[in-house]
Amino acid sequence: MIERDQVLHVARLSRLKLSEEELASMQKDMSSILDHVDRLAEIDIEGIEPTSHVVPLENVLRDDVPRPSLDREVSLAQAPDAADGAFRVPSPQAEI
Amino acid sequence: MSGATDEFEAVIGLEIHVQLSTETKMFCGCRLSFGDEPNVHTCPICLGHPGVLPVPNRRAIEYGLQIAAALECDVAPRSIFHRKNYFYPDNPKAYQISQFDIPLASNGHLGEVRIHRAHLEEDAAKMIHVGTSGRIQGSDTSLVDFNRAGTPLVEIVTEPDLTSGAQVREWGQLLRATVKQLGVSNVNMEEGSLRCDANVSIRPVGSSGLGTKTEMKNMNSFRYLERGVEAEIERQKQLVASGERVVQETLHFDPSSGELHSLRSKEESHDYRYMPEPDLVPLAPDTAMLDAAAASLPELPAARAERYHSELGIQEGAARLLSVETEWAAFFEDVLGSDESIEPRVAANWVTGEFAGELRRQGEQDPADSRVSPKSLGNLVSMVSANRVSHGSAKSVLERMVADGSDPEAIVREQGLEQISDTGELQRIVDAAIEGNAKVAEQVRGGNEKAIGALVGAVMKETRGRADGGEVTRLLRQSLGL
Repeated sequence: MIERDQVLHVARLSRLKLSEEELASMQKDMSSILDHVDRLAEIDIEGIEPTSHVVPLENVLRDDVPRPSLDREVSLAQAPDAADGAFRVPSPQAEI
Repeated sequence: MSGATDEFEAVIGLEIHVQLSTETKMFCGCRLSFGDEPNVHTCPICLGHPGVLPVPNRRAIEYGLQIAAALECDVAPRSIFHRKNYFYPDNPKAYQISQFDIPLASNGHLGEVRIHRAHLEEDAAKMIHVGTSGRIQGSDTSLVDFNRAGTPLVEIVTEPDLTSGAQVREWGQLLRATVKQLGVSNVNMEEGSLRCDANVSIRPVGSSGLGTKTEMKNMNSFRYLERGVEAEIERQKQLVASGERVVQETLHFDPSSGELHSLRSKEESHDYRYMPEPDLVPLAPDTAMLDAAAASLPELPAARAERYHSELGIQEGAARLLSVETEWAAFFEDVLGSDESIEPRVAANWVTGEFAGELRRQGEQDPADSRVSPKSLGNLVSMVSANRVSHGSAKSVLERMVADGSDPEAIVREQGLEQISDTGELQRIVDAAIEGNAKVAEQVRGGNEKAIGALVGAVMKETRGRADGGEVTRLLRQSLGL
């Protein structure tokens, strides 16, 4: 079982505030996910290169050619708040 | 106090972020810009919308490979991108695409400093903190401008091979000149296209361990960084001398007050939970890409300084000075090219000394923008070398040249500055000076050789500086029977 403190730590990194109930259910769910992933450790991977991508491709690149950007009105409209042509967010310095 | 603090030495490593001067961003086709209206160069990719797919910019990779080649790094045959997770509004994906365990390049060096690694990544958006004080602390809301988000970066990490603020500045300037010479970045620290962080720790002299380090963020000039690093070294020494411990933290140096402040920052918890970026396939630079990078390398500042020193016989200091700024190197080489009789060492002294000094005095910086052409400076240097004008006269000629671009020959002619090379004429002036200053002449004859200065001065006054000081002294001594 994953430690409660670890769940709190991960929640804090994601700026999530969890209630006691959520914390308990999260602890349970995360533990079961980790246990499941741990089963992979049973497989013998001796001599096998780590896979970083499932498709055997390399060097998929694009040329350095500009493409049109979004109209600012369109991009700002996706956000909850905007001001002065910019996205407005709560100060990240505020305590969580 | 200095007795105790002298027993420690500083260990400094640098992390340099270089914005690449490509047309478009690292993973999307939005244009790079500086100073444009906020958020006019954005798209779903650099805004981090769900479901989009990044595709690396080929030119950014090429630029990265050029930097790797210039720093003589080993290029990874196959490197991969990672997600560096952190939560902050400058990156709405909540991760930065970077490289982790297999960077593009590693194990290089520039001069005496080893390069640990150089990797590719993307820049974050720019935050504008608004609120009561306008500074980060105490602001209520922040504005986010994504024009910068996704700008290609190469992060260069050195080994902890530097030992002083002055060395940090000098080496930093060499790195900046090197990257600038490659033409892959604007390397403008004030605009943030080159940003340098320094990790500073101290240890007892002679030990090989590393002390607790602090990180100094993002100074906008190498001079400030030098001062900040020096202040931090001193702070750490005082801490240790008074029995306290250095705490790992991020610091900001305020150049106007000379004070160091601890910063609360997004990196407060260094827990980036790196994972391979599943949206990007590995990068495996092929021979053609590597060869192209190697072939594109111009003569770099460090090599140029070495050539100036070993082939042209220029002193190391002047050679370094000339090499670091490409515009100075170009000007110097053009001076040399204008007249093959010019001694490189003499030309170097004139370019880095009198000429650079005069430009500064008249508020100019770039020799390429000066009214003085390399050819006319070469002309002046030749006149001095041929004893046609004295060094002193040449300085006033140069002042005029910088001010209005006049031709040195014309100034010399017009002002009658041509040196008196006729020994007979000079001898007459020397004789007159001795006659007119009989008392001084007597003192010199009587053994007070220092008094000869007054006679030299009298001759120089009479000739209005058009005589060679050495020759005047020789004639005076001869005439006084010394």
